[in-house]
Amino acid sequence: MGKTAAEKIVSAHVQGDVKAGDYVVADVDLAMIHDTTGPIAIRAFEEYGKEKVWDPSKMVIVLDHATPSPNERISGLHTLLRQFASSQGIRLFDGGEGVCHQLVAEKGLVVPGDLAVGADSHTCTYGALNVFSFGIGSTDMSGVMLTGKLWLRVPSTMKVDFHGAPPPGTYAKDLMLHLIGRIGSAGADYLALSFGGDTVRAMSISERMTLSNMAIECGAKVGLMEADEKTLAYLKGTGGRTPRPVWDDDDAEFASAMEIDVTSLPPQVSCPHSVDAVVPVTEVEGTEISQVYIGTCTNGRLDDLRIAAGILEGRKISPHCRLLVCPPSRKVLMDALAEGLIFKIVEAGGTILPPGCGPCPGTHQGIPGDGERVISTANRNFKGRMGNNKAEIYLASPATCAASALEGKIADPRKFISGAP
Amino acid sequence: MEDLLTGRVHKFGDDINTDYIIAGKYTKTLDFTTLAEHVFEDIAPGFAQRVTPGDIIAAGSNFGCGSSRDQAPIAIKYAGIGAILAKSYSRIFFRNAINQGIPAFLCDTDALQEGDRVIIRLEENRIELPDRGEFLPLTPLSPVMLDILREGGLVEYLKKNGTYVLEG
Repeated sequence: MGKTAAEKIVSAHVQGDVKAGDYVVADVDLAMIHDTTGPIAIRAFEEYGKEKVWDPSKMVIVLDHATPSPNERISGLHTLLRQFASSQGIRLFDGGEGVCHQLVAEKGLVVPGDLAVGADSHTCTYGALNVFSFGIGSTDMSGVMLTGKLWLRVPSTMKVDFHGAPPPGTYAKDLMLHLIGRIGSAGADYLALSFGGDTVRAMSISERMTLSNMAIECGAKVGLMEADEKTLAYLKGTGGRTPRPVWDDDDAEFASAMEIDVTSLPPQVSCPHSVDAVVPVTEVEGTEISQVYIGTCTNGRLDDLRIAAGILEGRKISPHCRLLVCPPSRKVLMDALAEGLIFKIVEAGGTILPPGCGPCPGTHQGIPGDGERVISTANRNFKGRMGNNKAEIYLASPATCAASALEGKIADPRKFISGAP
Repeated sequence: MEDLLTGRVHKFGDDINTDYIIAGKYTKTLDFTTLAEHVFEDIAPGFAQRVTPGDIIAAGSNFGCGSSRDQAPIAIKYAGIGAILAKSYSRIFFRNAINQGIPAFLCDTDALQEGDRVIIRLEENRIELPDRGEFLPLTPLSPVMLDILREGGLVEYLKKNGTYVLEG
């Protein structure tokens, strides 16, 4: 009997031979905390009475959820994190560097075959780089900081293979929303998702990260993909450790397998207040929108900004709506500047926010008003998510969001894309 | 933790996410009493004021889905909730609740109603509804989660053991 990639990576981190369902204590290659979850992890760690974390070179701290600080309370938490990083010798990315998940990938802090944890549920993003990575709470993180280890149950694997070329106007986000809509917000609870198929192989790393990022939105522990030449090229030059790629054996035991043909999949929209309330864009087209947000660890990368700028170029956004755009890292911002994308977005009426989480977690930089509707490229649309429980949030691709900004209504992006059906 | 927990039920439905337990705008703090003040604010306004210490949450499936924020179980704990019962939990929240020392158990909560008096009998792996003379079975926790819970949470567990100790 063969093994799944999840079983192989965990096996390598317990120096043993594990199978799905086993309870193990695994070694951690990278542990990440940020400005929402880090302070509680540090307070808990301090209770152990140990001076140093297990290995400061395997930790990273990112200030991204509320930067630049909107108030003195959060400034105090930022100071606490900076002081902890400095006293422990832990690498810290300060406000303006970007979203934690984008930075971990971009800086090559993980490599294929790693086991990584982050005190953030979207840590599953690095599955796109063949990393067994998942979110944990701050107190679990304090245990990692103490021991370098974490207990876990080895997940069974649900295989999801995408086939065919998506039609013009349909993107990675639409594929993932479609999957979540099909299996539901608990459809992969306690499972490892294993993404494959020719559609995924044809995707850029950025597009793959959009899929893996949202694995948690159907409950999955990780959203793994095979490492290929694109993965290795992406990590080349980051100075990262030696990749140890693994993949599912054909004769491994899978919890389930699913094949999805994307060749005629229309753009998808997730409706308030649940990520799995997914419909084709045509069903909600014309819904009035007050704010559009393009950014986040899900969908703000260079190719996303390219798609958005392509639709916005030479046009103006609706006077009835605001467009906020937040590149998820300094590198993405600089690349977008060099390509002229930022000029096109700003000229069309968009507002550029400093690299970070932006308004996604509802702390600052674009909290919607009562009764307003937002369409966003983020990963969650729970009531109150963006800071106001009297607002509604729709989720869609950068193309659908850019098209909606032009019309001030949820719009089908295909009318702005040549060759679209 | 105690083997016998008694409290009154506050009923919740399916897919209660951690944003609903504590909204993101309140999470950036180390003052845990302020978290408790806003617990369930977006879906059950005034919840914190209705809790008597020791009360029990009875939820449907996938309780605690979404964000990994430890602030969610912390808010529940500081609000005075003594235990959580749910048909199923989101993976991260389940760990986080146990790590905070909150008794969080799996059971079929359909029969439980708002205000029901419940006695959790951990030794017997069941809960009692004394006013109805009924019992419901609990699904046992995994040994490591039970060990962490019995120590009062992960910090106390690691202070005692220094690392994770799995049976077998």
